Amino acid sequence: MYTFTQRLKITAYVLMGLGLIGLTIGFLSTPDTVAEAQAMVADAHGGHGDSHAADAHGAADSDTHAGEHADASHDSSHDAHADASHGDDHGDAHGEHLLHQLQNKPWAALYVAAFFFFMIALGTLAFYAIQRAAQAGWPILLYRVMEGITAYLVPGSIIIYVFLVLTGLHANHLFVWMDADTVAHDEIIQGKVGYLNVPFFMLRAAIYLIGWNLYRYFSRRFSLAQDSAATGDIRNYKKNFRMSAAFLVFFFVTESMMSWDWIMSLDPHWFSTLFGWYVLASMLVTAVTVIALVTIYLKSKGYLPKVNHNHLHDLAKFMFGLSVFWTYLWFSQFMLIWYSNIPEEVTYFLTRIDDYNLPFFGMVVLNFVFPLLILMSSDYKRSNWIIVMAGIMIVIGHYIDIFNMVMPATVGDQWFIGWPELGGFLFFAGLFIYVVFRAISKAPLEASGDPYVGESEKFVY
Amino acid sequence: MSSKLVHAVYDDDDTLLHAVKDVKKADYHIEEVFTPFPVHGLDHAMGLAGTRIAIMAFMYGVLGFIVAITMINYIMIADWPQNIGGKPSFSFLENLPAFVPVIFEMTVFFAAHLMVITFYLRSRLWPFKKAENPMPETTDDKFLMQVAISGDEKKLVSLLKNSGAIDVSIHENQDA
Repeated sequence: MYTFTQRLKITAYVLMGLGLIGLTIGFLSTPDTVAEAQAMVADAHGGHGDSHAADAHGAADSDTHAGEHADASHDSSHDAHADASHGDDHGDAHGEHLLHQLQNKPWAALYVAAFFFFMIALGTLAFYAIQRAAQAGWPILLYRVMEGITAYLVPGSIIIYVFLVLTGLHANHLFVWMDADTVAHDEIIQGKVGYLNVPFFMLRAAIYLIGWNLYRYFSRRFSLAQDSAATGDIRNYKKNFRMSAAFLVFFFVTESMMSWDWIMSLDPHWFSTLFGWYVLASMLVTAVTVIALVTIYLKSKGYLPKVNHNHLHDLAKFMFGLSVFWTYLWFSQFMLIWYSNIPEEVTYFLTRIDDYNLPFFGMVVLNFVFPLLILMSSDYKRSNWIIVMAGIMIVIGHYIDIFNMVMPATVGDQWFIGWPELGGFLFFAGLFIYVVFRAISKAPLEASGDPYVGESEKFVY
Repeated sequence: MSSKLVHAVYDDDDTLLHAVKDVKKADYHIEEVFTPFPVHGLDHAMGLAGTRIAIMAFMYGVLGFIVAITMINYIMIADWPQNIGGKPSFSFLENLPAFVPVIFEMTVFFAAHLMVITFYLRSRLWPFKKAENPMPETTDDKFLMQVAISGDEKKLVSLLKNSGAIDVSIHENQDA
């Protein structure tokens, strides 16, 4: 049995405390009026030696932006605002747009971090279900680690759902299609109202979350029950096998829909048919990386004596393979849109390349080039510290990946890794550590009742 | 190298693997093992040095990568720029997304083909080469272990028979 040490608990509390401070500063420093927002942006530019005055900046930018992002979803909302309340006064409409972006910033930062850690738990759950459904022999010794990580699914789901409810109640403006005023002036969104409306959106989210949590609850229960079952009695194991296969069908459909709902609909004009896969790849590679990191941590504390470099080698192979898989999907999505150059599709990458150049291409280095080169060698896949270094890069890289998915549609070119972004990450990292290690300490670390546990112990790559 | 070899024939890969471990433990020198399919863990049991073909695969991949970039840059940018879908045709970097599939395929092509050729050369295999295989059945359903005789011949033969061999015979070493 693992005991959740006081030191790790304090670390988790400190992370959560620092995170809360960061988030609070983020929320308190949002502007309340258009003038404040323009002053903030002017200050930032002034500090860099830019000679734009606040008004000139507003007017000049609105011209260039109208050309550049004619099809970006936010410009349509900005046009809508202009038509609705300010007539043809573009400068003011831009100011209001800027205000919304800056007001969205802490919310979007919170959303990115909340989703990122939620997706680690969800990806681990999917990975676990795949092992169960495949009746794999090698990962039995790691089942309790995976079950510990999926324990975060419950708090993660609650936080995400509360966040979405608040968004539905217009506490923030992350999803432009939730704004009736925008929809009234946008024919493309009007055509999607049958799917993109708040009640149906909330209902779908509830179905996904309840379905995933039910599987997590029962698979954990059967897994523990199998430990105390009599020798030769593998009824619980079989139940888990059948349930995992059924869950995977449910999961792959709902995961795809979840990614359209929660992320792709941030840009309601844009669509990509492989988006669900793309998010799935990000989810799985981060999940496997976190499984490896937690396993290495537990081993360094003297737990999991039967887990050896053969198991880690397999996890590292998954890290390597899924990183390449992620890149394949990232590039497939990018190249087709780049080549066809259809305005309503290409605007997605235009905003990212123009305004998010460093995070957009930087994450490809972190998520593809480094894992490819570092984890290619067989010997390196067996070395703990190399897995840890590559793992940290993969985790950061995929946080930036989610950042790139959410931020351009919600804060536009006003992004910055500041208090709310760091605070959100630290807060959820602390919560994640607390929940995961508490859950790991609740059950024996070896799933000793599993019929394949012997195979896992003897496993040799 | 000893002048005589013992040929032990097996009809099961698990039995063979255990026999190889027993023979190694008794400190005999295994010349070669012939199997109809790759037996998992056999190279470890025989104590063979790890393959270095992975290093060559990486270098061949890098070579393919470089060849592909040079080739596509010459074809599409330097020699005959074409207007395809209005993409900028005078810049390699701005056209890179269109070239990535080609670069990827060439990298894989070079790595795969050169690796196979290297493997054939290292294994001394070429067309019309006479088979070195001492027993044709090892390409069907039998496994053969060649052990060099050192010390007590009878002891070795009985060890092999006890290890599950269906047939044990002594041959002159052709290479010695």
